[in-house]
Amino acid sequence: MFDTPRFANRSELLGIAVLAVLLLVILPLSLDVFRLNLVAKYLTYSFVALGLVLCWGCGGILSLGQGVFFGLGGYCMAMFLKLEASSAANTKIQSTPGIPDFMDWNQLTELPFFWKPFHSLTFAIVAVLVIPAIFALIVGAAMFKRRVGGVYFAIITQAIAAILTILIVGQQGYTGGINGITDLRTLKGWDIRTDHAKFILYFVEVGCLFVCIFAAQFIRHSKLGRILVAMRDKEDRVRFSGYSVANFKIFAFCAAAVLASIGGALFTLEVGFMSPSFVGIVPSIEMVIYTAVGGRMSILGAVYGTLIVNAAKTSFSESFPQLWLLGLGALFIAVVLAFPNGLAGIWRDLIQPRLDRFSRSPKPDAQWSQPMADKAPAE
Amino acid sequence: MPIGHLQKDFLLAVEGLTVSFDGFKAVNNLSFYVDENEIRVIIGPNGAGKTTVLDLICGKTKASSGSIQFRGKELTKLKENDIVQAGIGRKFQTPSIYDDLTVFENLEISYPRGRSVFGALTFNRDSAVRERVQEVAEMVFLKDRLGMTADLLSHGQKQWLEIGMLLIQDPDLLMLDEPVAGMSVSERVKTAELLNRIIKGRSVLVIEHDMKFVEDIAHKVTVLHQGQVLAEGSMESVKANPKVVEVYLGH
Repeated sequence: MFDTPRFANRSELLGIAVLAVLLLVILPLSLDVFRLNLVAKYLTYSFVALGLVLCWGCGGILSLGQGVFFGLGGYCMAMFLKLEASSAANTKIQSTPGIPDFMDWNQLTELPFFWKPFHSLTFAIVAVLVIPAIFALIVGAAMFKRRVGGVYFAIITQAIAAILTILIVGQQGYTGGINGITDLRTLKGWDIRTDHAKFILYFVEVGCLFVCIFAAQFIRHSKLGRILVAMRDKEDRVRFSGYSVANFKIFAFCAAAVLASIGGALFTLEVGFMSPSFVGIVPSIEMVIYTAVGGRMSILGAVYGTLIVNAAKTSFSESFPQLWLLGLGALFIAVVLAFPNGLAGIWRDLIQPRLDRFSRSPKPDAQWSQPMADKAPAE
Repeated sequence: MPIGHLQKDFLLAVEGLTVSFDGFKAVNNLSFYVDENEIRVIIGPNGAGKTTVLDLICGKTKASSGSIQFRGKELTKLKENDIVQAGIGRKFQTPSIYDDLTVFENLEISYPRGRSVFGALTFNRDSAVRERVQEVAEMVFLKDRLGMTADLLSHGQKQWLEIGMLLIQDPDLLMLDEPVAGMSVSERVKTAELLNRIIKGRSVLVIEHDMKFVEDIAHKVTVLHQGQVLAEGSMESVKANPKVVEVYLGH
C-alpha cells in the first residue's frame, strides 16, 4: 500500500510511450523536412512549458518572464555558433576580420571579453545550463526570501523580460541588437542548415525532451513535488511544518529556468538564429498560454498544448494574420474559464473514464486527485 | 546553584512580551510559564491577543520587545522553520491542510525528515515512514481515509488531520488554536479524548472558547484581557475570580 513510483505510474508511462511513438515514428514518417523542422521549433517551447508545469502548475509560482531564460539559453548557443561562423576566412571582407559581422558594423575592433569563452562548445553547453540557474537563483532569492509572491512576482518577471529585451536591443554591438544573432552555419564543422542536419537535430531534440520529461517526472513524484503542491495550497502550513518555503520556491524557479534555457539553446540550433523577439513579454506570456492549454498540472499536457497551439498559430496566422492574436487571447480566456485543467483535464474527465470502461484492468489512478499514491482497493 | 530568577526549568518561559501594531499594543508586557507535560488553556474575550501570542511564539509575528525562551533557547530571533525544528508545532484556527493531496501525503509531509530541498528530492517513503503515518492516522481516527483526497474530509476530520500532522512532527510543545470550533458534540468528546491521549511526553497550549471543553482538558487556565494576564490558575479559581466574570465569563 502507498508505494511511490520513482518516475511515473502505469498510466503516465503509457502516456510517455504514446508521445514517444508520435514524436519518433509517426511525425518523422508523415511530415516533410520543412514541416518536421516546424514541429522541432514548436517542441523547443515545450521545454519552457515543462518548466512552467513544475513552477506554476505545481508550485503556484507564475512567472511571466520565462522568455528571459529561453533567451539566455538561446544566446549562449548562438554566441558559440556565431564565433564559429565568424572565422577569419569567412569574414575577411570586414575591417576587423574574425569577429562577428554585427560587431564590425558597430565599429567594434575587438571581441568583447564575455564573448571569448564561447569559442568552446563545452563552455557554451555548461553556460546554457548554469547561467540561467544562477540568474534565477539571484532573482528568486531576492524575491522569495522577502516573501514577494503571486501577482507581484509575476509583474517583476515581466519587468525583467522587458529590461532584458531593451538591453539586448540597445547594446547592438555586443548582442546583434534587434536583428539578433543571425547567419549561424556550422556546429564543429557540421553544417546545421541542411535538410539532413535538421532531420538529425530533430531526433536529438526529442531525445533531450524525454530526458527533461523524466527529470520533471522525478521531481514531481518526489516529496519535493508534493511539497510544491502543498505550498501552492497552504504556504504557512508548509512553513510551520519546518520547511523553508523560500528555498523550495527558488528551486522550482531555477528548475523551470534551466528547462527553458535548454529549449532556447535547441531553438537556436533548429532555427539557425536567436533574436530579442523570443525574450520579451509577449513570447513569455504565450509560453504560459501553451502550459494553460495543455493543462498546467500535466507534464505531458504541456508538450501537447505547445504543439497544438503552435500548429494552430501557424495555420491561422497564414490565413488571418490580423485576427490571430485576438484568437490566442480568446483561447486563453476560454481555457481558464471553462477548462482550468486544460487538455489534460478534458482527457482525464471525459476521455479516460470512457476508455477505462472498455478495459477490464483496474482503474489507473487519476493524476490530479490522487497525485502520488496508488489508490489501494478497500481492505 | 541559582539559575537566574527561575525556580525550576520551565518548558516555555514568556517574559515581558510586547508587540505593537501601529502603536496599538496587541500584547502588552505579557509573562507566563508553561511546565513540562502541562495542558494550558488560554481564554479571553475577542481581541484579547490570544492568537497573537501563538503567532509570536511560532515566529509568524515578530515581537517588539520581550523574550520567549523554549528550553533555554531564545525564539524571538529564530526563523519559523527553525522554531518548528526546535520542537514547537502550531495548529491554525481554520483547518490548514493540503486539499489537493491525500491524507497519507498530508501526514507524510509533516514527517520530520528530508526538510531541506535536497532531502525532499531524495526522500524515500520507507517502512518507518509508512508505519508512523498509519499509527498517527489511527490516533486521529483517519485510518480508513488515508487514500482519500483531504479536500473530501468533513470539517471535524480536517481538524483532526491537522492535529495528526502536528503529532507526526512529535513536537515538545503543541499549540492549538480553537481545535473544537465548528465540531459536533460527539466530535468534541473524541477530540478531548485525543488531546488527553497525546499529552504524554509533551506540553499543549490551547486557545478555546468552549468552556465545557476547557474544563475537560485544562490543567491550568490563563485569562488574557487587552494583551495582559488578567488571572491565572485552576479552572475553579479562575471561574470564581470576579474580574474574569466581569470581562469574559459573565457575558
